Amino acid sequence: MTLDIVPLWAGILALGVFMYVLLDGFDLGIGILFPYAPDDAGRDAMMNSVAPIWDGNETWLVLGGIAMLAAFPLAFAVIMPAVYFPILFMLVGLTFRGVAFEFRHLTHKRHWDHAFHWGSVVATFAQGVVLGTYVQGIPVHGRTYAGGSFDWATPFALLTGLGLIVGYGLIGACWLIMKTEGALQGWARRKAWLLAFGVALFIGAVSIWTPLAQPQIRARWFAWPNLLILSPVPVITLALFVWLLRSLKSKREAAPFLASMALFGMCYLGLGISIIPMIVPYSIDFWQASSSAKSQTFLIVGTMLLLPVIIMYTAWSYWVFRGKVTAGGGYGH
Amino acid sequence: MSFDAVLLSRLQFFWVVAMHILLPAFTVGLASYIAVLESLYFFTRKPVYLRLSRFWLKIFAVSFGMGVVSGIVMPFQFGTNWSRFSDATADIVGPLMAYEGLTAFFLEAGFLGVLLFGRSRVPPWMHLGAALMVAAGTLFSTFWILVVNSWMQTPVGHSIVEGRFFPDDWLTVIFNPSFPYRFAHTVTAFYITTALVVAGVAAYHLRAGRFRVEGVTMLKMAFGLLTILVPVQMELGDLHGLNTREHQPGKIAAIEANWETQSRMPLLLFAWPDERAERNIVEIGIPVLGSVILTHSADGVVQGLKDWRPQDRPPVAIPFYAFRLMVGVGVLMLTLVVCSWFVWVKGHLGDSRWFLKLCELAAPLGFVAVLAGWVTTEVGRQPWVVYGLMRTGEAVTPSLSASDVWASLAVYIAAYAAIFGAGGFFLVRLLHKGPAEAEPAAHARVGTPARPLSAATEAE
Repeated sequence: MTLDIVPLWAGILALGVFMYVLLDGFDLGIGILFPYAPDDAGRDAMMNSVAPIWDGNETWLVLGGIAMLAAFPLAFAVIMPAVYFPILFMLVGLTFRGVAFEFRHLTHKRHWDHAFHWGSVVATFAQGVVLGTYVQGIPVHGRTYAGGSFDWATPFALLTGLGLIVGYGLIGACWLIMKTEGALQGWARRKAWLLAFGVALFIGAVSIWTPLAQPQIRARWFAWPNLLILSPVPVITLALFVWLLRSLKSKREAAPFLASMALFGMCYLGLGISIIPMIVPYSIDFWQASSSAKSQTFLIVGTMLLLPVIIMYTAWSYWVFRGKVTAGGGYGH
Repeated sequence: MSFDAVLLSRLQFFWVVAMHILLPAFTVGLASYIAVLESLYFFTRKPVYLRLSRFWLKIFAVSFGMGVVSGIVMPFQFGTNWSRFSDATADIVGPLMAYEGLTAFFLEAGFLGVLLFGRSRVPPWMHLGAALMVAAGTLFSTFWILVVNSWMQTPVGHSIVEGRFFPDDWLTVIFNPSFPYRFAHTVTAFYITTALVVAGVAAYHLRAGRFRVEGVTMLKMAFGLLTILVPVQMELGDLHGLNTREHQPGKIAAIEANWETQSRMPLLLFAWPDERAERNIVEIGIPVLGSVILTHSADGVVQGLKDWRPQDRPPVAIPFYAFRLMVGVGVLMLTLVVCSWFVWVKGHLGDSRWFLKLCELAAPLGFVAVLAGWVTTEVGRQPWVVYGLMRTGEAVTPSLSASDVWASLAVYIAAYAAIFGAGGFFLVRLLHKGPAEAEPAAHARVGTPARPLSAATEAE
């Protein structure tokens, strides 16, 4: 009899994906807001504010992907073909924006600035489409994906794609409020105000659309007594939104960032509540998708040793680069 | 041969791996070279080693960064294009790949930042330690990836239940029959690749009359290593070949374009294989030598392709020529090494113009050999993705159409051309600048972890 470590792996996977969304979310948001900055100095400061940490943030994408392959291979094998093109666009977008951090200092700065912006927008949109496709449910036949390569192109998935652009834009703007000062900070605050309402709109739209379209999700949220047990989720979300607006109004510096992250956290929690225990909505659960106990056990040893170190190091690097950035100074070039 | 989703997915995998492999082929050796330079500087305090280490660290930072960026793409290929392979083999392949990721990121998180940015912020022994750890980390990465590849070539230590592979014994899986040979052969190839680049860059600057001390030091280090490694590599290649003949005889038959099982097999130098007619239309060979090389005996029997059903045979022409390209390049390398002895003995290592020119021309040879060897082993494994057990055609994602993969392949080709073009331009510029004494950074850096590319721009 071996210990069932499937829930542990589900937790690790959920943590990895959430870390990725939060961390790469705000630096993708910087890329989304990039061309709208007041001036070139502002753009340099924006770039400098995420330059030392962005590739550490992307580490979580790879860890999430490989953890899924190793611990829940059936989910990996079913979900990836369903989002073949969104994954392609995400990877290419991330590559262009990644190298733009350095190549813009060499030649053709304008070109690489465009690459940074559009790479971020495309990657974010693609991630939103992946999310939308996932929530809508992935058709499965036996152990393979049963749909076509363009099934992701639905109005709902396009909505979540746009929603994620606005969402990452919001946490990017809130990050800038925390990390910059003066005119750039004022600009970021005004953008954050607008984007906050945009995010509220998208959260509202998705929250109405999903229970209407997905009977499983409707049953999960509105069946008694779930309605009562889960009622804090929308209440807390609303409270966080109010906190975000108030902290923007009262010109707080770190609070908007925390509030927007917490808002993302609630959305993620809401998604989790909607689909658990499914890993491929709405047909394969965590246990069905699991690799063998021998595989999961072999990997858990190394993960338990190395993952805390990677997390501690991530925290430390944020600590090292705390404080405000400017265009020329700080830790830029 | 039709351009269906299987063939196009193979071409796509070839493209993203071929572009990616160029970077580890260089950075694995370079990390070790930097560790050696740092050790030499630590113990001798000769400034030339410091200047060289600083120079190559910049090159390393850019190459490593591009390796990371292009490496992210590959695990996703497993899911998007090879989902049935993933479903069937992930119980074995998944944890091994995850260990590669964990150890690589652990290393990157812990030591790369210190190596690139920590020289003035940590004690010298700690900086040297970081250099050694980064070098070890690149070898860990190579280790795990080659474990996966070798298991796919010579699968053992598993059981198959309903078409899926489950691990029985991890040590047997990891140390599968072809792994030790593949690992030794590949790492040696990576070291040789780096040494040839170092020699070529040194020669480039020496011919232009620049960086005399640094150039001669680099040449001596490069040819010191090549003198040992090139002959060793030939011996390792021979052992790897014997191992392949034992475990993947069909691959050997294709490499030699050998249709009939025979003793006293000739070594073909040129052949025009006709797979349909099951013979070579034209062939030029040396009698008996094939048996001697493959069995170390003139009467040794070598299996021919006709021993396998046509649908179980690999393509013949590609492994045949890719193998000859690899061996031919190896012979060129050996020639260069022998030349270096004569020049070195006469004391002209730094100023024999013809020799320096040869070194410059030879700089990319390692990459050619690595790619050729990789093509030989991968095409020679066909039609299997897990040798003898799972066909490549059964591994592809069933929902993909040929036009889907045409579209994605076109995007990958365009994107990589742009990014590798820009990166190559960047690298050439850094190499051209040479090991000039870097200006101390004007601004105070607080230390930049996990951000390899910026180490190069820091000195711009």
